[in-house]
Amino acid sequence: MTSEATIAIPLYLKPWLFFKRWVLSTNHKDIGTLYLLFSLLMFLVGGIFALLIRAELFRPGARIIDPELFNQMTTMHGLVMIFGAVMPALVGLANWMIPLMIGAPDMAMPRMNNLSFWITPLAFIILLSTLIMPGSAPNFGWTFYAPLSTTYGPPSTDYMIFAIHLLGISSILGAINIIATILNMRAPGMTLMKMPLFCWTWLITAFLLIGVMPVLAGTVTMMLMDRHFGTSFFNAAGGGDPLLFQHLFWFFGHPEVYIIILPGFGVISQVIPTFSRKKLFGYSFMVYATCAIAILSYFVWVHHMFVTGVPLAAQLFTMYMTMIIAVPTGVKVFNWVTTMFKGAMTFETPMLFAIAFVFLFTIGGLSGVMLSMVPADFQYQDTYFVVAHFHYVLVPGAVFAIISGIYYWLPKWTGHMYNETLGKIHFWLSVISVNVTFFPMHFLGLAGMPRRIPDYALQFANFNAIASLGAFVFGISQLLFVYIIFRSIRKGKPATAQVWEGAEGLEWTVPSPAPHHTFAVPPSLYENGITPPLHAKGVDAEGGGGI
Amino acid sequence: MSATNMPQGVTPISHAIYDLHMTVFWICVAIAVIVFGVMIYALIYHRKAAGHKAATFHEHPILEMVWAIIPFIILIIIAIPATKTLINMDDSSDSDLTVKITGYQWKWKYEYLDQGISFMSNLATSQDEMQNLTPKNKWYLLEVDHPLVLPVGEKIRFLITSNDVIHSWWVPALGVKKDAIPGFIHEAWARINKPGIYRGQCAELCGTNHGFMPIVVEAVTKPEFEAWVKQQIKSPASAGTIAIPQKPLSKDEIMSAGKTAYEKNCSVCHKDTGLGMPPTFPALKGSKIATGNIKNHIDIVLNGKPGTAMQPFGKILNDQDIADIITYERNAWGNNTGDIIKAEQIKAARNQQEKTK
Repeated sequence: MTSEATIAIPLYLKPWLFFKRWVLSTNHKDIGTLYLLFSLLMFLVGGIFALLIRAELFRPGARIIDPELFNQMTTMHGLVMIFGAVMPALVGLANWMIPLMIGAPDMAMPRMNNLSFWITPLAFIILLSTLIMPGSAPNFGWTFYAPLSTTYGPPSTDYMIFAIHLLGISSILGAINIIATILNMRAPGMTLMKMPLFCWTWLITAFLLIGVMPVLAGTVTMMLMDRHFGTSFFNAAGGGDPLLFQHLFWFFGHPEVYIIILPGFGVISQVIPTFSRKKLFGYSFMVYATCAIAILSYFVWVHHMFVTGVPLAAQLFTMYMTMIIAVPTGVKVFNWVTTMFKGAMTFETPMLFAIAFVFLFTIGGLSGVMLSMVPADFQYQDTYFVVAHFHYVLVPGAVFAIISGIYYWLPKWTGHMYNETLGKIHFWLSVISVNVTFFPMHFLGLAGMPRRIPDYALQFANFNAIASLGAFVFGISQLLFVYIIFRSIRKGKPATAQVWEGAEGLEWTVPSPAPHHTFAVPPSLYENGITPPLHAKGVDAEGGGGI
Repeated sequence: MSATNMPQGVTPISHAIYDLHMTVFWICVAIAVIVFGVMIYALIYHRKAAGHKAATFHEHPILEMVWAIIPFIILIIIAIPATKTLINMDDSSDSDLTVKITGYQWKWKYEYLDQGISFMSNLATSQDEMQNLTPKNKWYLLEVDHPLVLPVGEKIRFLITSNDVIHSWWVPALGVKKDAIPGFIHEAWARINKPGIYRGQCAELCGTNHGFMPIVVEAVTKPEFEAWVKQQIKSPASAGTIAIPQKPLSKDEIMSAGKTAYEKNCSVCHKDTGLGMPPTFPALKGSKIATGNIKNHIDIVLNGKPGTAMQPFGKILNDQDIADIITYERNAWGNNTGDIIKAEQIKAARNQQEKTK
C-alpha cells in the first residue's frame, strides 16, 4: 500500500521497516488500522468465550465446562468484548476517520497515539494470561463485585486490576488526543456545528471517558488495597461497605455504556444519509440529544442497583432520570427514520447493517424503558431479560454500527470495493442469527432464569437450545466477515474517491486508498465542492478553533 | 411449552408488578409499531430502485419538539403507577411474622426470629442428575431439603443478609428480590394469598455454585403453619449444635450416614469422587488433611479456611453430622485410614476452642 514496496529493499532491512511502519508508527491511519485489527482479533477471542458459554447452556446438566470455568468465561467474555473488541474498534474508527473528516493532517498528538494503542495489547496479554496460570482466572463477572472479587477473589485478580489500570490509561490518552484534535485541528470553515455527527459523538464520548475512567482506576485501586494492604473500603467487618464498590463501579459503568454506543450513533448518522441520498434530519437536535444523553448518563448509575436496598428516594430519583434518557434517545431514532423517509434509498451492506441497527437498537431501547421502572425491575434484575436487553443494545447496536462503519469506509482504507454479495450474505446470516440468539433470552428472563448460571431448570431448556444454535451461527458468520475484509485488501473492484453516490464529507475528497499523508495543507470546504453537513446557509469561513 | 412471560404471582405486590410490566410492554409495542411502520413504509416506497427521488428537507424544529414531548408525557403516565407500587413495596411495617434470611455459599439459612426456629436449606438435586447419569426430575435444580414454610394471609417481613459474598433472594411468585449483603440487613415483605409451593433462585453471582442454591417457599394455611411451628420446636428439621441420641452404629452405617451428609454439604465443591476441582477446591482423596492428623481435619471442617470458599461448618452442622462426614472422608475413595470419629470428639474440639478464646 505504500511506495516503499516498489523500491528494491535489501531483505535484511525488511523486518526493520515493518517494525518501523507498524510498531513505531505515529500515523493516524496506521494506528487506526492497528486498533481495528486488534479489535477484530479480540472480537473472535471474546466470541470463543461466548460460544463456550452457549455450548454449556445448550442442554441442562453438566456438559462441557465446569461451573468454575463457566464463571471465568462469563467474566472474560464481558471484559474482552467491552474493553478489547468494541472500544478499540471505535477508537480505530476515530483514528482513521476524524482527521479525514475535519481536514486535519493527523491526530493532535501522534506519539501519544502510538502509546495509547500499544498499551492495549499489553493489557490484554496480562489479562488473558490469567487463563493459563495455576489457579482460577478472574471468575466474578465483568462487574467484579466486592467482596467476591476482594476477600474471595483468586490471586489472578491482581493481574486483572493491573490490566484495567493500563486500559484506563490507554483510554484517557486516546480521549485527550481526540478532544485536542477536534477542538484544534479542524479545517478553516469547519465550525463545530458543521462537523460530521461522527466527530460530535466522539467528542462527547471522549469527555465521558475522561470523566469516568479515573473512577474505575480508583475503584480497582481500592480493591487492591483491600486485598493486600489491610484496608476495608468494601468490607463491612472493617467499617466499609460492599455497596460502595457498586456505586463506584456503576458511576463508571453507566457512562461506559454510552461510551460504547454514542460513536455507534455517529456511524449510523453518517451511513443513513449517504444511502438515503438525503441530508441527516435534525442535525442540531442530534447534537443536543447526544449531549443530553451524555449528561444524563452521570445520574442514573443506581438503576443497576435497585435490588441492593438503596433508599426509596434514590430509587425514585434514578427511575425518573432513567426514563428521561428515553426522550433524547427517541429523538435520535425518530431523526434517523425521518432521514430515510422520502429519501432515495439503496441497500448496500453498510446501509443494511444501519437499518438493522435502527430496528434492533430500538427493541433494546424499549426493553430499557421497561427496566427503568423500579418495581418491574425487581423481577427483571439479574435475569436473562437484562442479558437480552444489553445484548440488543451492544450486539445489533454497537457491534452492528461498527460493522456498518467498516463496510462503509473499507473502500477508502483499502482502495478496493468489498464483495457486495458476500457482504449481503454476511448481513442476512448475522441479522437472523443475532435475533435467534438474543430474542428468546427475553422469555427466559421473564420466566425466571437468573443470569450467570451454568446449569438451569428444565423449563428453560427449549429457549436455551434455540439461543445456543443462534449463537453458533452468529459466531461462524463472523468468520465470513473476516474473509471479506482481508479479501478487499488485495482484491475487488478499485474504489473511486467518492465510493458511494450519496456520500458527503471531506473523507470522500481524498483518493481511495487514502494516501499515507492527507490534508498536509488544510482543505477549503468550498473549493472542494463540499457542502458542509448542515447550517451552511450564510455561514462564512471562520477559523477552525472557534466553538 | 416453556413459559414466555412473567408469572402473575401470589402477592398484591407481584400482581401490581405484573400489571405494570404488561402496561409498559403494550406501550412499547405500540411505539414500536408506529416507528417500525413508518420505517417499513419508507423502505418499501422510498427506494431509488422504485424510482423515488430524494426530498431535500432536513429540519423541522416543531416536529422535533413534538416527538420529544410526547414520549415525555407517556413516561409520566407510566411513572405514576410505578411510584405508587414502589412506595407500597418499601413499607414493611406492621408485619405479622419476621423471617431472617442469610445467604451462605451456597445455601440459605432461615430463622423465624419470634418462634426460635432456624434451619439451613440446601439444594436437593442429586449429583447423578447434574452429571446426566440419571434422568432429571421435574424440579431439577429447583428443589431443596428444607423449604421455607410460610402462612398465607399474613404480612411476612424478610430480613435479608449474607454470611460471605453478596447473594440475592428471589422468588418471582412473591415479587420479592433483595440482595443479601454481608454486614447489612435489608427488608422486604410479602403477603401470600394462595397456598402452594413457589420456587426461586439466587439472583446475584456468588461464586462457583451460584446456580445451585435454589429457594423453595411452601405457603400453607395459618393452622397448618402453627402445627408446623409446634412440630419444629419439638424436633427441628436441621439445626445448630443439638444432642443426637447415642446408639452404637456399625462402620457401614456410619459411612452411609456420612456419605449422605457429605453429598449434601461437601460434594458441590469436593465432588462425589473426592477429587474436587483443584486448585480452587482441593481433592480430598489422598489429601494430607483427610489422611493425616485427625485434629487438623476436625479443625478445618469446624472452622473453615479463611479467605477461601471453605466455610466454618461448625456453625452450620451438628456434631453427629460433622463426625460422620469426617469418618466418611477418611475412609472413602481409598483413604482407608480406618478412623471412626465420634460426635464426642467434635464436641470436645468445640469446647477446646471455647476455652482458648
